[in-house]
Amino acid sequence: MRDTEETLPNPVRPAFETPSTEDGVIVNIGPSHPATHGTLQIIAELSGEKVVRADVHCGYLHRGFEKECEAHTWHTLIPYVDRLNYCSALINDFAYCDAVETLMGVEITPRTRYLRTLLSEYSRIADHMTCIAASVMELGAMTAFLYLMTIRDWIYEHLADLTGARVTYSYGRIGGLAHDLPDGWLKRLEEILDEYEEYIGRIHGLMDRNRIFIDRTRDVGVISTKDAIHWGFTGPILRSTGAPRDLRRDTPYLAYGELDFEVPVGINGDNYDRYYVRMREMDESVYMIRQLIEMLPEGPINVDDRRCTLPEKERVYTEIESLINHFKLVIDGPQVPAGEVYRAHEAANGELGFFLVSDGTGRPHKVHARAPSFVHMGGLHKLLEGYQFADIISTFGTVNMIGGECDR
Amino acid sequence: MNTELLERVRERLAGEGREAALAHGLLAVQLPRDALLDTVRVLKESFGFDLFLDVTAVDWPEREARFDVVFHFYSTRDHVRVRLKTAVTEVDPEVDSLVPLYGSAAFMERECHDMYGIRFRGNADLRPILLYEGFEGHPLRKDYPKDREQPLVRYRE
Amino acid sequence: MNPGHEKTGAFEYLTTRKDELVGWARKFSIFPYPFVTACCAMEFMSVSSTMYDTDRFGAALPRFSPRQSDLMMVVGTITHKQAPILKKVYEQMCEPKWVMAFGVCATSGGFYQNYAALQGIDRIIPVDVYIPGCPPRPESVIDGIMQLQDKIANARHPIVNEKF
Repeated sequence: MRDTEETLPNPVRPAFETPSTEDGVIVNIGPSHPATHGTLQIIAELSGEKVVRADVHCGYLHRGFEKECEAHTWHTLIPYVDRLNYCSALINDFAYCDAVETLMGVEITPRTRYLRTLLSEYSRIADHMTCIAASVMELGAMTAFLYLMTIRDWIYEHLADLTGARVTYSYGRIGGLAHDLPDGWLKRLEEILDEYEEYIGRIHGLMDRNRIFIDRTRDVGVISTKDAIHWGFTGPILRSTGAPRDLRRDTPYLAYGELDFEVPVGINGDNYDRYYVRMREMDESVYMIRQLIEMLPEGPINVDDRRCTLPEKERVYTEIESLINHFKLVIDGPQVPAGEVYRAHEAANGELGFFLVSDGTGRPHKVHARAPSFVHMGGLHKLLEGYQFADIISTFGTVNMIGGECDR
Repeated sequence: MNTELLERVRERLAGEGREAALAHGLLAVQLPRDALLDTVRVLKESFGFDLFLDVTAVDWPEREARFDVVFHFYSTRDHVRVRLKTAVTEVDPEVDSLVPLYGSAAFMERECHDMYGIRFRGNADLRPILLYEGFEGHPLRKDYPKDREQPLVRYRE
Repeated sequence: MNPGHEKTGAFEYLTTRKDELVGWARKFSIFPYPFVTACCAMEFMSVSSTMYDTDRFGAALPRFSPRQSDLMMVVGTITHKQAPILKKVYEQMCEPKWVMAFGVCATSGGFYQNYAALQGIDRIIPVDVYIPGCPPRPESVIDGIMQLQDKIANARHPIVNEKF
């Protein structure tokens, strides 16, 4: 234990301690700062109002995700996976389950496949809403924030009807889902989508041609496609530069291959484009959800595979084989064959990949999440350098750094 | 998936101690660590693997060469992935850094250094990123106990 | 009392103890400092916006400077890396000050029982009210705020002395 009563230790070591020019000033932003709605620290060198250099530090929310996973069975670590990107927890769930299923050679049922697609898109809407709400609020647009929060709360309550939790759902299961849709869920979904369209129209009206908003975001935080790829950007940031790169289109998984949708792209790769790409993506998600409601087949949601699916309760109580099966699955967890797998889904922020290593037992040897936010933080300084100090706020907002997946 | 292209990559990379096989939708290549930088250069320049996704390590405490360092690449043109894997020992856990080729490698190599103690030759900036100054050990190594805390602030009585 | 007014019979004057008066005033003027880190931030946003609206309880306006706030809401997991910052912010707040542990991670480390997470913020700073939940529903947050208000109202307020 260190003696820290008087001087608290600094957990980070800045890359530079003295300014490079005579009139330079070094300013620290974060990790607890109104402009960083996440736990990020930026140490910036300013020349006047201009950012000359930026040193980005993350890790303030490093909660030992990967170490914690190694102590759990393949099934019981799902709640940890939820808390990576807590704005769209369902996408994480399904990406993780998909990776384990690939390793086990399990093919999910058609109903689950469509349901997962539908819920992924629904989560994407909630995630983009959170991102836009937070970033426009920091630029002063409180009304837009309140509108978006209202509709997001409806989505949260609606998902709570399905899963029992508002934010962290733990709804995915290896080989299926926790349970089927409750009665009337799809009807309410259609109502919310209709409400969504009305509210999002108001956001367009408030923000799109708003002089203040345009001045704060247009030509700010610009990045080219080439640089974006060099720095590992994926998702809406890469698409805002004009590159139509979307895993849902490029390497279709779940039911995306059967859906009709566009991949919205920007032109400049600036903050305004990132805002607009997200707005358009939400519209595409609604369009996809409407198709999926039509396509959703009846049938079971869990695969009939005793390696991963729990037997029905009634059989557990009446047959010794099912009882043992249930017991083994709960205590030892599903036995995943030895091997390695990397599966990536298009999460709300970009490519979310799970790299799993199994040694053939019920506990993972390694779980690694390739989280988009962490990679984005590695290139964040490219978006900040050369712009005004106040632009950090708008750029950081539209990059949508999520502490849980950034620091894991 | 573009298996034809991956087949071409596999043929080009086979030999010189490298073993390549298609597995679970991507091309997995096992290679000696000296061949790493050359292989990545081939991937990037001849086959268009322009997106560096990820680097991490896997700890096998019972093995002589204890750590596997694992890299993932993606081609935004052909939508295919390649995994490179190279083994290093605990005494000399050093591989070449990919920072000259991919900017995104800088942060990810710092993370891998934090978590496993892998050194990346050529990456001058291996300061802690997810951990903090003064943290001793590498938490994702199997011999680091899960609950060994290293607090920075003294606890209240 | 204005003698020209007609007597209505109710609440013409009140008798109270000074402590109660100060407590009553203080409990409705809470200025929270949101120390927001993790998943609970999603619920913090909900709590402070339209549907739940903590403004109704006199505890809405977040002050982003610790020196202007008297309630620190620790929203989300605190890691060992974050701990010095939390402690520093707490020390910068002026008396009287209260701390709310929002969610299980701030309360006890939650299900992160490992090398990285601080096992409850009460190991480094005193906590007045704990809100359970991972993350807590907005209703439980409002309940937590009301419990804190009761606590403030019933506490001794040292500014009440013989001069006042």
